[in-house]
Amino acid sequence: MTEATPSTKDIDVLTICQLLRPAEERWIGSRYRLTCADKDAVPDEIAAKARALITSGLDGAPASLIERMPKLEIITVNSVGYDLVDMKKALSRHIPVTHTPDVLTDDVADLAIGLTIMTSRRLAQADRFVRAGRWTKEKFPVAGKVTGKRMGILGLGRIGRAIAKRAEGFGMQILYTDRAKMDTPYRFLPDLVSLAKESDFLMVASSAGPDAKHLVNAAVFEALGPDGILINIARGSVVDEAVLIAALQAGKIAGAGLDVFEHEPNVPEALFGRDDVVLLPHIASSTRETRSEMGRLVIKNLEAWFTGKPLVTPTPETLAMLANR
Amino acid sequence: MADKIDVLLIAGLLPAIDEKLSTTYTVHRHKPDAVPPDVAAKVRAVVTTGNMPPSLFDTLPKLEIISSVSVGYDGIDVTKAAAKKIPVTNTPDVLNDDVADLAIALMVMASRRLAAADRYVRDGKWLAGAMPLTRKASRKKLGIVGLGRIGKDIARRAEAMGMTISYTNRRAVADSPYSFIPSLIGLAKENDFLVVIASAGPDATKMINKDVLEALGPDGILVNVSRGRVVDEVALVEALQSGKLGGAGLDVFEDEPRVPAALLAMENVALTPHIGSATIETRAAMGQLALDNLAAWFAGQPLLTEVSETQTARVAR
Repeated sequence: MTEATPSTKDIDVLTICQLLRPAEERWIGSRYRLTCADKDAVPDEIAAKARALITSGLDGAPASLIERMPKLEIITVNSVGYDLVDMKKALSRHIPVTHTPDVLTDDVADLAIGLTIMTSRRLAQADRFVRAGRWTKEKFPVAGKVTGKRMGILGLGRIGRAIAKRAEGFGMQILYTDRAKMDTPYRFLPDLVSLAKESDFLMVASSAGPDAKHLVNAAVFEALGPDGILINIARGSVVDEAVLIAALQAGKIAGAGLDVFEHEPNVPEALFGRDDVVLLPHIASSTRETRSEMGRLVIKNLEAWFTGKPLVTPTPETLAMLANR
Repeated sequence: MADKIDVLLIAGLLPAIDEKLSTTYTVHRHKPDAVPPDVAAKVRAVVTTGNMPPSLFDTLPKLEIISSVSVGYDGIDVTKAAAKKIPVTNTPDVLNDDVADLAIALMVMASRRLAAADRYVRDGKWLAGAMPLTRKASRKKLGIVGLGRIGKDIARRAEAMGMTISYTNRRAVADSPYSFIPSLIGLAKENDFLVVIASAGPDATKMINKDVLEALGPDGILVNVSRGRVVDEVALVEALQSGKLGGAGLDVFEDEPRVPAALLAMENVALTPHIGSATIETRAAMGQLALDNLAAWFAGQPLLTEVSETQTARVAR
């Protein structure tokens, strides 16, 4: 990766990351003193001496863990989302946080489009129908078309734009809402309810944060309407899951394609028997190619930090903190 | 007001289209082999969905037109229709988008194992741990077998996923930005995904054979949205079982609605029951086009979408 610097062998690194692939983990282990631990059972001894923490968006870094790590210098998140990292705590101790933007954008956008078609055309149901041998006895019902529909995107960041680009290939009309209007050819709507009202597919692609919790609520489902479909590839917390289930049961929306849930890996059992939903186990970035790329970014950030070079992919808050120092 | 024209309907239609048909015509619903003589004597049009037993040419003396709500019409004897100067109309193009949408979905579903992922959640397996990693779809190489209208629609969608596209066809398509590879084996060898959308002439039968599948290779994925018989299904099952082929997304099968039992247990395949055009919007558009052809005919105007075989025969006179 970089030229060997003799000092790194003595650096203690803690990983609580479930997403690191074996090849990258081995590489880090060959350069640092690496300890792997369960996020809820980090031994005091390693917490006391680790200078770097590798985590994931799912595993996070709570204040309680950061407080137990007096020598912590850097947190590298092997995900694009870092809402479960206590940023306030990290920044107050001037600990930079890096993440893995961009490398997973393609995969997430592919999954978003896949989920959209699968939900509208009922393709998971169709696959079950064939496997259960039902095709020999009955006809599969006609479903909803995808091409030419209106896609409303909540959050037109990197991932939102990648989804929009793909949706354009399907002749879709793209609308979006975000904090502010952007310089794009897509139509901006000032609020989520107006967006839902004008969309056939409502795509949740926003970053998660405390103010995003339950943004997709009863009023949004009401506006999306009985032919509308919700797709969530962002974070489970953005959608009020209990209200979603009620909306599906009452026929207030036509369906939902979900890669994320409020209390993963627990998925509400009320969804299991439904043919109008497609349920995926948070696999938006889980391809071999992308997980390797993400792991390599974790390594690059670690190497940069411990050799005194600029971080490769610091979070925006980290960048601001470093600039002010 | 003149009496309504008598139409024989021998297939099921979308309720909205059936209703429109019934408003304009006197619709008779009978099995083709059980049309009462008094009805047979006055029927001037047959409405169907791709099939018509040839015996109807003899039992319907006043038959003027066959309007099929389908793209394919291999189940209608067009040679006989052409000889009798009876036009056959079909409903091309209106379903292209749906088939292209399904082709892209099957590519993503097979490489990302999304049908298996949905089962993983519903079976409660997620509680025991994460699903194994899969393979990326974006920026891969896509080979299209048959760059007709639907092939181009698939290519446009795949371009938005950053894919590199090549194709094979009877001959290179003029003005196409994609690279033409003359041999099917060469195309399979070159690509990560092979999508079959060739029109299924008799020479296409089992065109995707053992050699093609092995050229596609252990990381390759086959998607078929054309006709089942284009793929040698026995060879496909064998290649998937032995790991010589990475995965498959299949909407069509050799002996529909029967699907080889071996495929039903595989996690690396996505299986759909021939639903390339099965959307409400498209079925409505197909039905409307069939109605428009009938209306044009009985108003003495040119047909909108007559099949080439009967058109040629009728123009020749």
